[in-house]
Amino acid sequence: MNDATILSSALSRSYKHGFVTSIHADTLPEGLDEAVIQQISSRKQEPEFMLAWRLAAYRHWCDMTEPHWSSVRYPPIDYQGISYYSSPFAKNQDAVALEDVDPALLATYAKLGIPLDERLSLAGVAVDAVFDSVSVATTHQKKLAQLGIIFCSMSEAVREHSELVRRYLGSVVPAGDNFFAALNAAVFSDGTFCYIPPGVRCPMELSTYFRINAARTGQFERTLIIADRNSYVSYLEGCTAPQRDRHQLHAAVVELIALEGAEINYATVQNWYPGDARGRGGIYNFVTKRGECREDRARISWTQVETGSAITWKYPSVILRGAGSIGRFHSVALTHHYQQADTGTKMIHIGRDTHSTILSKGISAGHGHNAYRGLVKVLAGANGARNHSQCDSLLLGSECSAHTYPCIEVRNHSAKVEHEATTSRIGEEQLFYCRQRGLTREEAVALIVNGFCQEVLRELPMEFSVEARKLLEVNLEGSVG
Amino acid sequence: MNILEVRDLHVSVMHKPVLRGVDLVLHGGGIHAIMGPNGSGKSTLAHVLAGRDDAQVTAGTMLYQGMDVLAMTPEIRAGAGMFLAFQNPVEIPGVSNVRLLKEASNAHRRYLQLPEMDAMTFRSQLQDRARRLGLADDWLLRAVNVGFSGGEKKRNELLQMLVLEPHLAILDEIDSGLDIDALTTVAEGINSLRDAQRAMLLITHYPRLLDLVVPDKVHVLIGGRIVLTGGPELAGQLEARGYGWLAEEHS
Repeated sequence: MNDATILSSALSRSYKHGFVTSIHADTLPEGLDEAVIQQISSRKQEPEFMLAWRLAAYRHWCDMTEPHWSSVRYPPIDYQGISYYSSPFAKNQDAVALEDVDPALLATYAKLGIPLDERLSLAGVAVDAVFDSVSVATTHQKKLAQLGIIFCSMSEAVREHSELVRRYLGSVVPAGDNFFAALNAAVFSDGTFCYIPPGVRCPMELSTYFRINAARTGQFERTLIIADRNSYVSYLEGCTAPQRDRHQLHAAVVELIALEGAEINYATVQNWYPGDARGRGGIYNFVTKRGECREDRARISWTQVETGSAITWKYPSVILRGAGSIGRFHSVALTHHYQQADTGTKMIHIGRDTHSTILSKGISAGHGHNAYRGLVKVLAGANGARNHSQCDSLLLGSECSAHTYPCIEVRNHSAKVEHEATTSRIGEEQLFYCRQRGLTREEAVALIVNGFCQEVLRELPMEFSVEARKLLEVNLEGSVG
Repeated sequence: MNILEVRDLHVSVMHKPVLRGVDLVLHGGGIHAIMGPNGSGKSTLAHVLAGRDDAQVTAGTMLYQGMDVLAMTPEIRAGAGMFLAFQNPVEIPGVSNVRLLKEASNAHRRYLQLPEMDAMTFRSQLQDRARRLGLADDWLLRAVNVGFSGGEKKRNELLQMLVLEPHLAILDEIDSGLDIDALTTVAEGINSLRDAQRAMLLITHYPRLLDLVVPDKVHVLIGGRIVLTGGPELAGQLEARGYGWLAEEHS
């Protein structure tokens, strides 16, 4: 096979989730103003406080300007050219029983490998399936409710658990936190809500599967997870979208709150449509994710495998407020063709004896652009704070780039902060060694890249780890043609 | 049919001639040793057989089981049964030995149009072979060559050879860096694969390996040419006399 055929065959099969579901949708016209926000809120039958919160965020957003300090480059986004709400359900019908859900929707999730029928689902994984702007179905809710765990769509939480929502929503990422977070606060349509009561260890993996289907819409979901005292939860997030020539905006907010002794592990396998080999189309993934270890001995861990999106701009962070709390960030970011990623984390040490670990693995191929940007901040009161950061970059080919922007601010003399960084090019020696053992060049690259990411991949739950490995392989196809 | 037939092979590395007309024929069951001083072209010969692209063949032919080696990519050569034990095997961080071996074994089976071996069978065969080489069970979970001593790397190369069961094994200084006990283990491993279907090319500086794995022929490579070929006794003579007398005759 010559180079051209390797490349074309790789492209023709590279993005496996690029299909479109043909379904009748209730979609708001393109454009954004206060009337649109009122319509979103009324379609979701929200209480008054929610609408007020949205409108305040919107007014704040109108005064803000889009940030351009990151290293990613893209043409201006026309915020009036986007539809802010698209639902596969009829108007004023926010959710339906699974039996009444359009079979085309169930088929979509089955095709993506996410059966919504509980009898067919992966053992030990409960799923909230979000399609464009609404949650389609949430599995295993009853079983979880027996333990007092609330696992539902954000819309349902706003209506049914409004006290919890009121207390915690925006408490980690305030409505006016940044340009995209403010936009999200104004127009967020759905997402997932989890509450784990004191002392409960959630017996199954909770997960949300986000699917963008409609064209010219944006997806603005909001996830809120609260782990009460001494509870534990592991949460997974997966994302895909159809293959389209136009860019689409995805601006999500995720807030995590861990109370005393609680632990939240949050994992993402992000596979939004990355655009084609020339950089046409793909999702702009501008996401604000932040967790707070609000009380003593809380733990929050972010693990992310970012293989999709035309542009990824996200910094899952941890505020370490409680004494002895622990924050961890494990990341693999792969950029191929013309993908750009500017990602990293912030670890804010406020409490004493707080520890954080950062492990970032960036892989660039084709014309990919990959930047790690991180902040480790130790405040004056954080006696005995410790951080260890390691940022490794792997380059495949000569047209791609990798950058590391670590920022460290320490205001306490007893703190220990360490940073290590490496950049390497995939070695011809390694490739030849693997090929001499019978692997093709592509298989060899996949194996070596997998090895490079091993420390991060092993943090993922088993099913996701297998999925993530496959994604890395698929997304690397054609990188060595 | 000959397993390997090299005729008048000329090879340059970075436009500098390294091999200048090498002829070599190996039959099934044959073990040939190639000896020679540093820089004589021994490793280049190994590399060019395996298909490394920094060595350019400028003239001559190489046939493996009657097939034109130059028309085959490195992985096709490997699948067809050509194996190179590297002199300095490279580290692959994060990739376990068992993972590489499984992928390699599956690649070989695909080449032969055989189904993949199930994980349990593969694992038990692998453990059996690892034990034969005196490798601990946790060996298989360690990353390929990462933090291995020189001797461990060599044993690892041999383990791969025992798993892949090649028809032509090219062992590039498999004996360097081994103590005498390890050398004995390695020699036993090599001998266990010796049969009428296979051929081996041992590249070595030292005759002590050749006392344990007795070759049919010993070739002396100097200045890119085979200047002398003899039986196993030649190795001992070289140890006694060095290469100087040959180099003078052929300079």
